[in-house]
Amino acid sequence: MDWTRILTNVAGEAFAPATAAYALAAIGLNIHFGMTGLLNFGQAGFMLLGAYAYAITAIAGWPFFASVIAAMVAAVLFGILLGIPTLKLRGDYLSIVTIAAAEIVRIISRSTSLTSLTGGNSGLSGGDGYKESFESLCPFPDGSTTLWLWTYPNCTSNSWWLRLVAWVAVAIGCLLVWRWMRSPWGRVLKGIREDEDAVRALGKNVYGYKMQALVLGGIGGAIAGIFYTLPTSVQADAMGRTTTFNIWTILLLGGAATVFGPVLGSVLLWTVFMLVKSILRDAELSFITSTQSEAFSWMLVGLTLMLLVIFRPQGVLGDKKELAIDVR
Amino acid sequence: MRRGTGAVTLLVAALIAVVLQAWPAHAAASQPCTPDATTGCVTGTVKTAEGQPAAGVSITVEGAGGSSTVTTGDDGVWSVPVTAAGEYTVTIDPATLPEGEQLRDPSATTRTVKVLLNSQSRALFPLGEPTGAAPSAEPTQGATTAPTTDRPSGGDSSATGGVSGKRVMQQLANGLVFGLLLALASVGLSLIYGTTGLSSFAHGEQVTLGAILAYTFVQVVGMDLWLAAILATLCGAASGWLQDAGIWRPLRRRRVGLTQQMIVTIGLSMVLQYLFQFLLGGGRLRIDTTNPKPVAIGPVTLTVQSLLSAGIAAAVLAAAAVFLLYTRTGRATRAVSDNPALAAASGIGVERVIRIVWTGAAGLAALGGVLVGLYFQSTAWNMGGTVLLLMFAAVTLGGLGTAWGALAGSLVIGVVAEMSSLVIPSDMKYAGALLILILVLLVRPQGILGRRDRIG
Repeated sequence: MDWTRILTNVAGEAFAPATAAYALAAIGLNIHFGMTGLLNFGQAGFMLLGAYAYAITAIAGWPFFASVIAAMVAAVLFGILLGIPTLKLRGDYLSIVTIAAAEIVRIISRSTSLTSLTGGNSGLSGGDGYKESFESLCPFPDGSTTLWLWTYPNCTSNSWWLRLVAWVAVAIGCLLVWRWMRSPWGRVLKGIREDEDAVRALGKNVYGYKMQALVLGGIGGAIAGIFYTLPTSVQADAMGRTTTFNIWTILLLGGAATVFGPVLGSVLLWTVFMLVKSILRDAELSFITSTQSEAFSWMLVGLTLMLLVIFRPQGVLGDKKELAIDVR
Repeated sequence: MRRGTGAVTLLVAALIAVVLQAWPAHAAASQPCTPDATTGCVTGTVKTAEGQPAAGVSITVEGAGGSSTVTTGDDGVWSVPVTAAGEYTVTIDPATLPEGEQLRDPSATTRTVKVLLNSQSRALFPLGEPTGAAPSAEPTQGATTAPTTDRPSGGDSSATGGVSGKRVMQQLANGLVFGLLLALASVGLSLIYGTTGLSSFAHGEQVTLGAILAYTFVQVVGMDLWLAAILATLCGAASGWLQDAGIWRPLRRRRVGLTQQMIVTIGLSMVLQYLFQFLLGGGRLRIDTTNPKPVAIGPVTLTVQSLLSAGIAAAVLAAAAVFLLYTRTGRATRAVSDNPALAAASGIGVERVIRIVWTGAAGLAALGGVLVGLYFQSTAWNMGGTVLLLMFAAVTLGGLGTAWGALAGSLVIGVVAEMSSLVIPSDMKYAGALLILILVLLVRPQGILGRRDRIG
């Protein structure tokens, strides 16, 4: 077993763009669930819309920031559309409708009838040109750089440039959440989480606040979608229910209603996932194939989620008094 | 008594057979490959000139990471995971092509593909009349993989063009059949919600469990399909009993909140789903490999199997209705569903009722799984995931927690899903069904048969 390689891979996973993307999506979900108590099970739908809106506009030749804004607008529209029928209903309706809506956008975007726009079920790859506007902003020279143990390209695909930008975005996300949590606005959201009727009695427009939270968290998801797909390709099936459930595991692992919980959760989940998978694969056990070691790692993720929720719902960083999961 | 022990022996034998045979069974078949930081995938689909998947074609991939040979699965898909980036040579063995098929360019039996880690590279081998076309002009049509839940047999469901009266009738019939099968699974989901307040995301896996047990009993053990279906249903029911005894009752005793329990069901659903994949692989599994026999009833063509399935589903649903309406336990179930505290106060054993509901619901779901697996003509480790959302849509549409609502909702969802393929592309039909759910919630949040006070 090649431990150096395994540990290099595992540690590389800790700051991979996908880890940053999951952290961002979990920050968004933290605004939904941790701050406001909304049970959004469609975060992957926001990611998917963001990724496709970004990629399609980028292929059409829009500059990078215009494409990012397109992704954000897509998330805002999706959030409003989702919120209108559900935010007045009880929590479990929101969960079912969000998961259904995310599935609708996934099914539509992978449909072969939209192949000219979304690439159908094979999706959009770097060859379609959606990465160029981002990569052209790269200030580094071409080629690849080795920092300590890791070698990545400077600018293309799974690059140092992407890592830098993605983690700066995560930092900005954390900063915003930290600021919002301490603002009067954030306190109203927490009030809604704890007792919606009390907040309503104080004359606040609960529906409006919930809508704002849903939209803002969704924007986090859309941006996450961009960073999730920039290193690889845009594929509808890569952003389905499992992705949503992973984001939930990350949030609950790190600790909902905390600033750094989503980031810690993402790093922890993916490094441990990678570690288990690499060890199983390298051990070359006769009774377990590489696909099975992958399936086994996913089983562990599911088990983690179950045990966390039962025994430590506040996660690593959370405060049990601050968040009793059962909101309503 | 002796029959009892016989059944137990059979069950144990079947389970041992699952454990012994599941592993070698899939080692030979082509595994789906998921790209990640240490893996790249070389993949493709071989289709015959008519566009049918070509099974059993031998493909060799050679390059920096070594050499490996795979054969295409029943769906014509092959994939090879590689652990080193670089150029790979993909070679097809023309001798293994299906009878009468040949490569469109017979001289081009190899392709060179560049493989990167964390990505997929495709190599396509178009089959058909030799045209002498350059092999580099790869038709993208060859790359499409069929969705896991294709409509079987529907006669003309793939035909494009106008909406004829005949097609409307055909899709309506398909929809009713599918709706009945879906209802088997959703009624249980709804009863669980009614008695415990829990939306179980793991109910889809109960459906898959029924289907893959039936697959194992028929294809691995070699049992008769009828016997296999009954055994799968019984095992499903037992799993429901175990689940309540092992997980949900302890959680209720710990007073774990409902939202928390719901997230636990999500975790459980992931564990079970990947357990199925671990045991049986990621390919499609056909419960019944015989060709379906069509029967024409008026303008509608259905298979004998789907007619039988619909009949069984209707009979079982009727039995469940009789149970709920006229038996003591059934009345107790409805009482708990209405108001658990009041039911407990009037001397009903709430925990016993919940146990019965879990057992029955899981049994119904397993039966539903067997029938849906037959209806789709194949099952897979993630079938439950697809069906789960339709079940949720049906239950919510009918009104959360009402058994009749679940039945009505399922029929609506089944019919909408099948009818919607008349106007939208058929790979979007489930999106149509889910959209109906959202639209109904806009107008009538409590669902078709739900009560106003439940929506909160």
